Amino acid sequence: MGGLRRLLARCFDAVERPIDRLVGPSLNPFAHLGALGFFHFWIVAVSGIYLFIFFDTGIERAYESVEYLTLAHWYHAGVMRSLHRYASDLMVVFALTHLLREFARDRYRGTRWFSWFTGMPVLWLLFISGITGYWLVWDALAQYVAIISSELLDRLGIFGEPIARNFVSTGTLTSRFFTLLVFLHVAVPLFLLFLMWVHILRISRPKVNPPRALAGTSLGALLVVSLFRPALSQGPANLARLPADIGLDWFYLPLYPLADAVSHDAVWGILVVATVVIGAMPWLPPLRRAPAAVVDLAHCNGCARCAEDCPYEAIRLVPRTDGLPFPTEAKVNPSLCVSCGICVGSCPSSTPFRRTEELHTGIDLPELSLRSLRERAHAISAGLEGPTRIMVLGCERGAAGARKSTDTLMVPCVGMIPPPLIDYILSRDLADAVLLAGCAESDCYHRLGIDWTRQRIARERDPYLRSRVPRDRLRTLWASRFERGRLEAALDAARREIPPLGQKGGAP
Amino acid sequence: MTLVARTLALFLLVLALTAGVAALSDWPRARLLPEGAAALTVTFTHSGARVAECRRLTQAEMARLPPNMRRPDACPRGRVALWLELDLDGAPLLRESLPPTGLSGDGPSQIYRRIALPAREHVIAVRLRDSRRSEGFDHTAEHRVALSPGQNLVVDFRASTGFIIR
Ligand code: HEM
Ligand code: SF4
Ligand code: SF4
Repeated sequence: MGGLRRLLARCFDAVERPIDRLVGPSLNPFAHLGALGFFHFWIVAVSGIYLFIFFDTGIERAYESVEYLTLAHWYHAGVMRSLHRYASDLMVVFALTHLLREFARDRYRGTRWFSWFTGMPVLWLLFISGITGYWLVWDALAQYVAIISSELLDRLGIFGEPIARNFVSTGTLTSRFFTLLVFLHVAVPLFLLFLMWVHILRISRPKVNPPRALAGTSLGALLVVSLFRPALSQGPANLARLPADIGLDWFYLPLYPLADAVSHDAVWGILVVATVVIGAMPWLPPLRRAPAAVVDLAHCNGCARCAEDCPYEAIRLVPRTDGLPFPTEAKVNPSLCVSCGICVGSCPSSTPFRRTEELHTGIDLPELSLRSLRERAHAISAGLEGPTRIMVLGCERGAAGARKSTDTLMVPCVGMIPPPLIDYILSRDLADAVLLAGCAESDCYHRLGIDWTRQRIARERDPYLRSRVPRDRLRTLWASRFERGRLEAALDAARREIPPLGQKGGAP
Repeated sequence: MTLVARTLALFLLVLALTAGVAALSDWPRARLLPEGAAALTVTFTHSGARVAECRRLTQAEMARLPPNMRRPDACPRGRVALWLELDLDGAPLLRESLPPTGLSGDGPSQIYRRIALPAREHVIAVRLRDSRRSEGFDHTAEHRVALSPGQNLVVDFRASTGFIIR
């Protein structure tokens, strides 16, 4: 599993980094796959409602009504039909790529099992929505879908009589069945939306809307393609004949030819095995997780910054329990915490300047306390060489994690670094310059670490980096594990461009 | 790169993706039947005879039943399995025993088979046994038909009319 994950991660990196450079990291579609899924859902919903105005829900006139809206009203209803189809197809592309990418980035185990696990029914409902949609057109493709789907359902043996019978002769049941399908094609997508909402329940600040430029270009591209290559029907369904040769939608129906060529049971086998294996993956093997963050009430004033910054909704503010004169205190839910340390970076008590022998903060990681970070910084400082000594504060998920060098203070996420620690390193002359090295800009492993770090440095988000910190001695680099070269280059540049601080000294 | 250039690059990227997706939404084509073939679909649901004769109850047995359930006959619920034979151009194509459905074997037997055939003239002979006898057939039909490519010939069966081939 680990090898496959690394290979996939390398592939994603090879595609994503050039796109970062081409369109800018903030607009990279790969960074917004879930949000693009939501965006295209809305396009499908709006175009679907529009089409419903023209659609005749009876089986006798369904085909005609679709032909009418596609041909006679091509410039609005026809375009809507194309938007409806192509946006649905794109949803499959985004959902599957998103699945692969979360797997490649190892973002599906531990606490994230919830999003992963609820992604499976989302996928099923997405496919059922698309398949029922193709059925409604009642053209040759719809007949093909009807035949194979009903044959597949009959293998389950839950229907009184084979429903595939309905689609060989003009039986009376056919039109009742059709009415049921029209209902399903409305109900299933609604349920899909509900599950998409459940899917992101445990994610704080989920990105459900792509940036405006990405949304605009996506809609523009869909319109262009819809005008130049409209979605068309494939001739009316004819139950006296079989649809021998049809244009297949390979996003929704890739397994249908397999049902016919190999066997229906093979299709069910693939679906069941894939669902079970993918569904069980968060526990195959389970993630070894460092102990959850711990609140030290003596140093917590209930300011809520940690709760706002935690990317996993793992911190809640609860009424004070220790009698200190603050209304609230922070409380960590250990089953949601992934030990990213971002809360340590946001706590105003996280200041290494304290003289106390025991350095404490409001919230800390048991296995990587703020105190141990300060000690590590001193130890690293002693080993730094050269006229310009550069200390790397590096995220273990990014280029610094892959480089593993002795000049690096490694943290689970750059968001763990409290701004006063940077101040401390430079003002106590532990280094001449600091290089903050996180994940690739569009791909922060803990989603919000890069954003919070930047805002703290820019003094837009508490806790601010003090203005006395010389900004020319602080550099940031956002580079993935596969971009160690960029990290080395950034270090070389800093050594060349930043003069030494001058004097030595400084003790805690 | 300027904002305009970036946005243009993004648009072209998304356009290429969308065009590729649109292309795969109805291509490459798939076949349900080989080139030039026709199909034969055999499908019906039909209950065979009861597994045993109904029996007239004696006066004494009637008297023992609650009044609202007194009926002169006692009938077993189970149905026999059907035996179906289908010959194509004189050669056997299907030989199937169709067991009754339902937990107590009292539901109708069912069949659904879709078979590809070369599109040309064929003779189709079907025979069905739905009674308790162990030899011979209760229903037979023979049909000569010239199948065109893509045509779906359906062999159906109704208790009232026997085989329907169309
Ligand atoms: C139409 C289908 C889907 C939509 C619209 C969707 C949407 C989203 C969104 C908006 C997020 C939050 C992303 C962020 O804020 O960075 C997310 C996260 C996630 N999704 Fe999906 N998703 C879909 C399908 C799936 C599937 C099929 C899987 C896998 C089986 C999956 C696995 C995950 C995981 C593991 C996360 C959590 C990532 C993290 O915690 O860092 N999703 N999804
Ligand atoms: S360590 Fe990370 S996940 Fe845990 S409480 Fe702190 S911010 Fe939340
Ligand atoms: S950031 Fe620190 S002080 Fe504020 S609520 Fe969290 S633990 Fe308490």
